[in-house]
Formats: sequence, structure tokens, C-alpha cells
Amino acid sequence: MSTLDRKLLRDLRHLWAQALAILLVIAAGFATLILGVGAYRSLEQTRAAYYERNAFADVFARLERAPKSLGSRILEIPGVVAADLRIMRQVIIDIEGMSEPASGLAVSLPDFSPAHLNQLTLRAGRTPEPGQSSEVVINDSFARAQHLGPGSRFSAIFNGRKHELEVVGVALSPEFIYVLGPGDLMPDDRRFGVLWMSETALEGLFDLEGAFNSVALKLLAGASESAAIAQLDRIIARYGGVGAYGRKDQISYAFLDSELQQLSAMSRIIPPIFLAVSAFLVNMTLSRLIALEREQIGLLKAIGYSRLAVAAHYLKLILVIAILGSLVGAIAGTWLGRGLTALYGEFYHFPFLIFHRDPDIYLLATAVSVGAAVLGGLKTVFAALRLPPAVAMQPPQPPRYAKLWGEGIGLAQVLSQLTIMSLRSMVRAPLRAVTTLIGVASAVSLLVMAMFAIDSVEFMIDVSFFRTSRQHASVILAEEQGPGVLQSVQNLPAVMRSEPYRSVAVRLRNGHRERRTTIVGQPPGQDLSRIVDSEFKVVAPPSEGLLVNARLAEVLKLRRGDIVDVELLEGKRGTKSVVVSDIIESYLGLAAYMDLDALNRLIGEGPRISGMHIAYDRRDEPALYRALKSTPAFASVQLQRISLSKFRDTIRENINFMTTTYVVLSVIIAFGVVYNSARIQLSERARELASLRVLGFTRSEVSRVLLTELAIVILLAQPLGWAMGYAFSWGVIQGFSSDLFTVPFLIETSTYARATLVALLASAASAFVVRLRVDRLDLVSVLKTRD
Amino acid sequence: MQPEIVFQARGLTKVYQTGDVEVRALDGVDLQLYKGEFVVLLGPSGSGKSTLLNILGGLDWATSGTCRFKDHDLTVDDERALTLYRRDHVGFVFQFYNLIPSLTARENVSLCTEIARDPMPPEEALRLVGLGERMNHFPAQLSGGEQQRVAIARAIAKRPEVLLCDEPTGALDSKTGVWVLEALASVNAELGTTTVVITHNAAIREIAHRVIYIADGRIAHIVENERRLAPSEISW
Ligand SMILES: Nc1ncnc2c1ncn2[C@@H]1O[C@H](COP(=O)(O)OP(=O)(O)O)[C@@H](O)[C@H]1O
Ligand SMILES: [Mg+2]
Repeated sequence: MSTLDRKLLRDLRHLWAQALAILLVIAAGFATLILGVGAYRSLEQTRAAYYERNAFADVFARLERAPKSLGSRILEIPGVVAADLRIMRQVIIDIEGMSEPASGLAVSLPDFSPAHLNQLTLRAGRTPEPGQSSEVVINDSFARAQHLGPGSRFSAIFNGRKHELEVVGVALSPEFIYVLGPGDLMPDDRRFGVLWMSETALEGLFDLEGAFNSVALKLLAGASESAAIAQLDRIIARYGGVGAYGRKDQISYAFLDSELQQLSAMSRIIPPIFLAVSAFLVNMTLSRLIALEREQIGLLKAIGYSRLAVAAHYLKLILVIAILGSLVGAIAGTWLGRGLTALYGEFYHFPFLIFHRDPDIYLLATAVSVGAAVLGGLKTVFAALRLPPAVAMQPPQPPRYAKLWGEGIGLAQVLSQLTIMSLRSMVRAPLRAVTTLIGVASAVSLLVMAMFAIDSVEFMIDVSFFRTSRQHASVILAEEQGPGVLQSVQNLPAVMRSEPYRSVAVRLRNGHRERRTTIVGQPPGQDLSRIVDSEFKVVAPPSEGLLVNARLAEVLKLRRGDIVDVELLEGKRGTKSVVVSDIIESYLGLAAYMDLDALNRLIGEGPRISGMHIAYDRRDEPALYRALKSTPAFASVQLQRISLSKFRDTIRENINFMTTTYVVLSVIIAFGVVYNSARIQLSERARELASLRVLGFTRSEVSRVLLTELAIVILLAQPLGWAMGYAFSWGVIQGFSSDLFTVPFLIETSTYARATLVALLASAASAFVVRLRVDRLDLVSVLKTRD
Repeated sequence: MQPEIVFQARGLTKVYQTGDVEVRALDGVDLQLYKGEFVVLLGPSGSGKSTLLNILGGLDWATSGTCRFKDHDLTVDDERALTLYRRDHVGFVFQFYNLIPSLTARENVSLCTEIARDPMPPEEALRLVGLGERMNHFPAQLSGGEQQRVAIARAIAKRPEVLLCDEPTGALDSKTGVWVLEALASVNAELGTTTVVITHNAAIREIAHRVIYIADGRIAHIVENERRLAPSEISW
């Protein structure tokens, strides 16, 4: 081994703590990219493969009743490669020991051939025997939530008749990755299940012999979805078709898509910022670290080493750190990414997982990390190499201090001489102070960005559940009824208040833009279900016109006063034009509200309501549930309390897994940066500080000179860090919203405070190390090597 | 017989520019040094001695004037040529030792011998300066005098043609200083190395062939010693 290489090893050993800190910063930036992008791509691919393998359909439609012979006409629609004609209908589920009302969706399985589309993956058991009306396969989430499995029994009400069922299998389906009960905002696996049963059995139970009421289509790749939807609508219109829709309006697909979109926002924006920031920090740190080697670089040159040899020597040092950092980052990123993918895979109920490890992100991360390190280090090496060796070897010229602004006006009397020293040193070496400041600010900004999303989601929850939809529950009628039904709801036990609403499936169209949604009609002056404007002031639906939320306005490019076409997908159908009277604030879905009377007039079938929002006394809840279950007119109940907790479980968890990882990584970066800044600052000023010690200043006085400077810089870095964090977070939130959820942008003060707290903890720990180092300053060697 | 000229300087000038202050460290120096001679540079602090030595050693560049070492032009701006010149011909003893703190005495010497054309073993060089016993010590474990001797061992180990020493005894007591000078004198005598020693210690001038007095960046006068003293005969 050459002596120069031996020096390399010893230098590395000597610098181990700083080298380790840099290595960890590189690793953290690297790992973030690998795990973020890796997990997202893996899940994206898994979803695609799952949909592919289980033949998830492209177009879906419900109707009232049509003869199976219609199937051949449906298959003739251009672009359709497969069509499954099914029976799908809501049932009430009755499980022993469960007080809340539960419901389910009965779905037919063909008896004599496997389903072409939306194929099940059996987790346990088998499919029902043809014609066996007591055998049922249930979805995995429902089975888990209810602790059901093959052999379990429960009953359900089919067409008003109670029927005993035995679970014969548990399955996953691409069509029901998320299952939402009627009116539910969030999946509630305990209260809603999918029941797959034999087709002939269901025909019997629902009096649908030879008929179907649901259709799913698979389209040829590249076939026009909207054309197929239009054709299908035309075919099924006279059979009570309620408007066919594509995947993006299929609730399970849309839900998963919105979850993946949030992951995508977090993995497309956050990791590159992490990587860029870590690269910048490593660049800065290495360049400062190597600046300390100026005299040794001069010496190597003086004794005859060529520039190339010297540069190669330091390049090795940088590469050891950068490559080890990348290696640790790659391993940690892959491992964490795998763990995260598995966690999400479980969360999304995927039957299998595809781990995706593209070389491209590894190459990119290596190029950025190693490149930044090499550039930062070599920049300084070459700067030192350009100096004549005689100059490089000299100790830096004694700094020329200037008097501080303010010293003249008596600042000197207030501040101690040592504090003045710190301040002067910052003013004299602004670049050093600024690089430390930017480094610390970057670390703080990463922390803010990693943590803010929860704030936004909590704000969304607050507005959605505590300021607008304040009801305890919503009772959904099996069929729309006249307003008289309100009284019977009011008379239910425990009910304190009830407010009617009507919801109508529509297609809203503005020019070529269109969206499927529902218009909710409600009377003015509602206390439970409130509508708020963009300033969160309660507004009443106007006597004419439509209120739309910001998301709907955005996707349809609607402004106040615009006319929007409303195609009614229920009842007498037809298309009407309605004025958008205002844009409101609502974060759930594509919300559209009207005055109840105005909606009734629009539909033109007299006053009707489809459900009631209620407030009730929790103490009498069981009595209320019993009454609801025994009234067939009430198809189901949506419980706000459960929606809220499911909302947290789902949206928050979805973000949480990912952000927790990011927070840990940004804490590592914060520590690495602050520690290195402090250590380098100490080395840069070692001589000066040792001289102070020799002059008789105590250790703590000498540490104070350094630490005062560091403290000022770190404090100044906080506001900058918050501002950068705000900007980064704003970038992230842009990708968060989907048609299902709009995530408002909000960062709580506590998040800034937490980010700062981490930075301060890192600073305190670093200050402690610096203090120990000051105690060990070698006074003699400082004096003996100099004039 | 005419002695061979190794260094030839004409109108050598060095101006340092720090901010708006201009320092004329060398102001038109004309100088010849001969093969095998032992020269002492004497002069007050700040007179330009180190600057002159650095230019002779290829560690710094003159602002104007010419300087040649044999057929090497030291004033041309050729980084590679200067590096090779330093590597192959010059042994330098720096005023502040400039040892690599993470390398032992022996390793500090081999750092130089590894790239030299015809070096002596590092151990031999260290024994020459009386440090045979402390080869595996790190600079921080050595006294100032010992560090200076490591620096000298490093300079002589490559058997250079010229040995340039900037205040090699500056920080040393008389006894150790004499030791160091003896090492330099014996290298000069045995290997015929042209040796230039900077000092502001007038006692040392007695051991030189020639003494060059420098003041204010110029050569004030040059004295040839009729009789040289051995290092052991002087003290301070
Ligand atoms: N790198 C430098 N930058 C600016 N001035 C310098 C530098 N090196 C030396 N000087 C100045 O040049 C003059 C001569 O310095 P030097 O050759 O070191 O003197 P000596 O070695 O005789 O004490 C001094 O005034 C010194 O301050
Ligand atoms: Mg000098």
C-alpha cells in the first residue's frame, strides 16, 4: 500500500464521525428516492398486474331488469371483447351480536363457466355450488372485520325475505378492493360486505329468472371508452339503465387510484427534493472539509506530487464516503421500500406483490450523490492546487476584522468582548455563516415537508366532519319517498333532529368536459348538514341554481354564473341547464348542492326525499339500531362517527406509512448537517480558539465564541427553513387531490415548531460534541508549529 | 577550475498584492549559486529570504526576472515541469516542518522516497538525522526538534541535488540545532548537495562557504568565509 493510501485510511479513521455523518446524509437522500419511487412503482405495477390477471372490467352499468338475450347486442358494441351479465343487488345483513345495521352487495357468480371478468382470488374455501342459495363467498375484508370464515353462518334479507347463509369461501376481487356501503364516505369493512352467490340462486331470490341487472364490459386496448359507454347506455336505457361508467367512476378503482395518487405525489416530489438537498449538503460539507486540507495539499505538491496524484488522493477519500453512503442508501432504500410496499400491499388487500427495482433510480441516485460529493470535494482540491505550494502551505493570512455596525453606538458596552468576536467572525466570513445557514434551513425544510401532510388531512377532517357534515348518521331510504316519511324518522327512538335530503345521480357537462356525480338537494337553514363558502361561512342553497365545490368547478372549468348541463341519470331522465350560483368549500368528492325544492322542480316528479341526516342521543343507540333494522323502508344507515374513524384509518394511514419514513430520514439529515457544520466551524477556527485559551480564557468562554456564532446562524436558519418547507410542501399538495378527496393546504404552527425542535436537538447534541472538542484543543501544537 | 553554476537568477522580483497593499518581497535580485556549496542566507525578518528560497525551490513564482536551475527555467509557467523539478532535484526543509500529522516519521519520509528516482531507504535517512529509534512515532508524539529532523530526513532521503532549508534551527535549542546542522553539513560534504540555509542566527554563518546578506528584498552583500567552522564548534 502506498503511503498516500495509508494516509487516506488514517484520515478516514480520524474523521470517522464526520465521514459517517456525511455518509448518512448521502444514504438518507439515496434511500428516500429508492424507497419512495420503488414502493410507488411496485404498487402501481402490482395493481396493473392484479387488474390484468383477474380481468378487471373497463365499463360498468346497473339497470333494473333485462333479459339475458340482450347480451348478444351488448357484445356487438365495437371494442367490446367480453361482457359479464350479472345480478347485483343491495341486501341487509343480520349478524348475531352486531347491533348496528349492516348491509351487503349480493353479486352473482356464473354457475357453469367461470366469470370472464372481475375474477375472484379465493383466500379460503371454494365457490358456491350451482343453485345452492345458502352458500356464499364473502370478501376478505368483511371476513376479517367480522371474524367470519368457511363454515360461519349469518343471515341476510333478500327482497324482504330473511335467508340463512353459510360462508363457503373468502375471496379478493379487483372490483372490490375498497367496498363502500351506500352513502358511505369511507369503507367500513365491518358494516358492509360483498356476497358472491350462485347466479341461479340469486335469480330465484330476487325474482330475476333469465334476467340480469348489472353488466361489466372489457374493452379492446385502445377502444374508445366513451363511445362504448354511450352505446351501452342506449341499449340499456329502456331496461332502467342508470348510466354506464368507466373505471374512473368505479368506486373501488377511484378510491385506490386516489390513494396511489397521494403516494405518487409523495414519491414523485419528496424524494427528488430529499436527494437534491442531501446532494447539496454533501457538496457543501465536503468542500468545506477539504478546504481544511489546504496546507497538506500544498505540501504534497511541494514535495513533488503532481496535481493529478493529489486530486486522485482526495477523490479516493470522497469516493469512499460517497460510495459507501450510496451503498448504505441503496440497501436501506431497497429494504425499506420492500417493507413499505408490503405494508401498503396489505393495506390495499392485494393478493400478491410485485417488487419493482428499476436500475434507473439506482443509477440516478448514485450519479447525483456521488457526483455532488465529487464536485464539492474536488472543487476545493483544485482551488488549493491552483495556489503556489508556498502559499497553500502558509497558514491563512490573519483575518482583517472590521468594526461592526452598531459597535460605534455603544453595542460594545452591552455585549461582551467574546460575543463581539463571534459577531465579527460572522461578518468577516459571511460565506461560512451562509453555508451553515442554508444547510440547516434545508434540513428544517425537509422536516416540514415530511410532516405537514397530516396537518392538511386533519384540517380536511375538521371541515368535513365538524363544520359541514355534522350529522350523527344518515338514514338512506330503499326507495325515494314523499316528505311524509320524515315524520316516521323523527319518531324513531333517540332521534333528536332530522333533516331531509335528496340525492340524484347526474352527469354534469360543460363543453367537452363531463363528470358523473350526484346533486344533493336540501332545504335552507339546515343545522346538521351545512354548506360553507370558501371563507367557511355557512351559506344556504339559493332558490335557483347549483352550488359546486372547488374541485368540481376546477375539473369542469366552471365559474360562478356559468351554465352547466345536468343530465339526469335517474327517473324521467333528460338534460337540463342550470346556473352555477356559487363555488363552495367541500373536500369530499365532486360535491354539488341545490335547494331541495329547486331540485324537485328540476326532476319534475313532485317532492321526494332519498334520506335523512339525523342527530340522536348516543345513550339510546341500540334502540335506534333495532328500530332501523326492523324497518325495511330504511335500506341502510351511514354512521358519521364510523366514517370519521375510517377516514383517519384510511387516508391518514395511507400518508402515515410513507411520511413516517421520510421524517426519520430527514431527522438523520438534520443531525448530519448540523453536526458537520459545527465540527467544520471548529476546525476552521481551531487556531484562533487555541490562542484564546493560551491567553487565559477558560474552556467555556472559548466554546462560547464558537457556539454563539453557531446559535445565531441556527436561529436565523429557522425562518428560512420554514419558508423553504412551505414551498416544498405546496409542491407536494398539488398532487394530492383526486375526484374523491381534495386535500387543502395547511401547515400547523406545531409542525414548524417540531421541525425546529429537531434542528435544535441536533444542534444541542453537536454543541455538546464541539464543547468536548474545545476541551481537547491542543494548545501546544498550535503554538509550536507557528512563528 | 571554475565551479559549476547551479542557480542563476537575474532581476528576480516578487510583489505580493493583498487587498490594496502591495508588498515588494524581492526587488531585483541577481544571484549565482555553485554546485556543492553551502550557503547561508542571513537577514532580518520580513526581508524576503523565504520568498527567495521558495522561488529557488519552485514553490512560488516570481513576478518578474528570470531564474534557472541548470537547464530548467523556473520562471516559465509550466506546472508539470515545476512539479518534476521539485520531485527530482529539490529537498526542502520548511520553516514550520509541515509534516503530515496522520503519518509516522518513517511514513512521512517514504511519502517522498516513493516518488523519487534514487532514494535512500527512509530508515537510513532517519538514522542520518539521529532518529533511528523514533521512526514509528507520529508528529504529535515528537518534540519540535525531532519534527524538524524528520523534515530534514524527508528532504535528504531522495538524495537531492539541492537542499533548501528555511530556518531549520529556528525553534531549536543550541544543542539540537547543532545536531541538525551537522546532519546538513555531512549531506553537503558526502553527497555534494548544494545547500542553502536560511537563518537569522548570525552564529551559523561560520559554517557556510558563503554568506548572503539580504535586506529589503535585495542582496546587501556577500561574504566568502576564508575558514569554515564545523557545526560542533559553534553555539548560541
Ligand atoms: N503570501 C504572502 N502574501 C503577502 N505577503 C507576503 C506573503 N509571503 C510573504 N509576504 C511578505 O513578503 C515579505 C517577505 O516575506 P518573507 O520572504 O517571508 O520574509 P523572511 O522570510 O525574510 O522573514 C514580508 O513583508 C511578508 O509580509
Ligand atoms: Mg521566512
